[in-house]
Amino acid sequence: MGLTLDFLALSPYAGELARGLVTTVVLTVVTTLSGLMLAIVVAYLKVHAATWVRRILGGYVELTRNTPFIVQLFFIFFGLPAFGIKIDAITAAFLAMTLNLAAYTAEILRAGIEATGRGQLEAARTLGMSKLQSYRHVVLVPAFARIYPALTSQCIIVMLGSAVVSQISVFDLTFAANFIQSRNFRSFEAYLLVTLVYLLLAVGMRQLFLLVGRRLFAFRQGGLA
Amino acid sequence: MTLVCVKDLHKSFGDLEVLKGVDLDVAPGEVVAIIGRSGSGKSTLLRCLNQLEQHDGGDIEIAGQRLDADAMAPSDLSRNVGMVFQSFNLFPHKTVGENVMLAPVVVRGVDKLEAARVAREVLDKVGMLEKFDAYPAQLSGGQQQRVAIARALAMKPKVLLCDEVTSALDPELVGEVLRVLEALAEEGMTLILVTHEMKFAHDVADRVVFMHHGRIHEQGDPKTLFNHPSTPELKQFISAVL
Repeated sequence: MGLTLDFLALSPYAGELARGLVTTVVLTVVTTLSGLMLAIVVAYLKVHAATWVRRILGGYVELTRNTPFIVQLFFIFFGLPAFGIKIDAITAAFLAMTLNLAAYTAEILRAGIEATGRGQLEAARTLGMSKLQSYRHVVLVPAFARIYPALTSQCIIVMLGSAVVSQISVFDLTFAANFIQSRNFRSFEAYLLVTLVYLLLAVGMRQLFLLVGRRLFAFRQGGLA
Repeated sequence: MTLVCVKDLHKSFGDLEVLKGVDLDVAPGEVVAIIGRSGSGKSTLLRCLNQLEQHDGGDIEIAGQRLDADAMAPSDLSRNVGMVFQSFNLFPHKTVGENVMLAPVVVRGVDKLEAARVAREVLDKVGMLEKFDAYPAQLSGGQQQRVAIARALAMKPKVLLCDEVTSALDPELVGEVLRVLEALAEEGMTLILVTHEMKFAHDVADRVVFMHHGRIHEQGDPKTLFNHPSTPELKQFISAVL
């Protein structure tokens, strides 16, 4: 083979790796939260808002789901300045990831919402709740419980997809790997290490979602629901 | 004095006319049982009374308030009318206590302490206080239905509509729900029930209304109606169900 592995060659770059890891984790945590919040709003408006609002949101969801994430990111970072909207790389990354996750999640969530029993809505209505109150207090939590496995996967996809933001020079984990191998030419070691870190992040996220879900949706443990 | 006043009520689903002119007055404290074959319009009548279905013609007035779903917010519609469903429809992600407290807090703006106090009171009334922190999935059908009754009562309705509330229950659980309704009737709650429990209608109702083909075909006090039905349709119905 003639290949000698030298992982010690990475050790001088521990600082860069840590910085990249922190960026990836922060990007993931923040966009997961902001993406979910946006998705909750979009899913509601896609059902209850005026026709023109629904059309615009439908356009946004379809556009996002049918174009590559890297193109969306480039459009926001390189394209928008043409309209005088200039944002720095990290903001563009947050924005692109949030919009991306929200579009997918809104679609997933819609399926969960549509599975709400008619009886639930009628009960809410006869108790005097408005559509918004009923969405917030009656529909949303069981809908999330139904789609939770799909939602977990989607959030992990966004975390993994965040690697793309290195292309607009955001110093994330992938950027750190690129940086290191360009200095010490140990590309195999650098990418192998980063691969393992992504793997650990994904597995960790799945476990975390599982734990949170068990707490959040404890009501299901009684049986049906 | 009437609490519920229905005049010439019409309702169609597409080409199918389900209610063909129903007149019904209900006095405060009265217990009215609506019986009839499936498809006779009894559930639709009930659902018009809380505007889950909007009527096409005629008038409904409850406690002096004319019902018009277009012109009223849901919180107005719910002010006087409570409803209990055949399939309970408890909110699965909320505990028993939360189910009962939700609407008073969210719709009426009652503070949580007061809502919890009322919740305990109504849950005690239906014998479900000890399950305050249980989730619906942990309860039997009869227990869920009693919680659903408590949930409706927490909004202090002037009239409680019950749509076949024992039809989804195992036979051995029917009694506990009927006993709760009977206790409510004795307390003076105004009840309008669509029911297949003829014995309950006979024993508890002040008046039985027999619906047939979208109209009130015959009505009267239960003893007379069940023992001496005057129309052949009611005779046939009674002999079929008893």
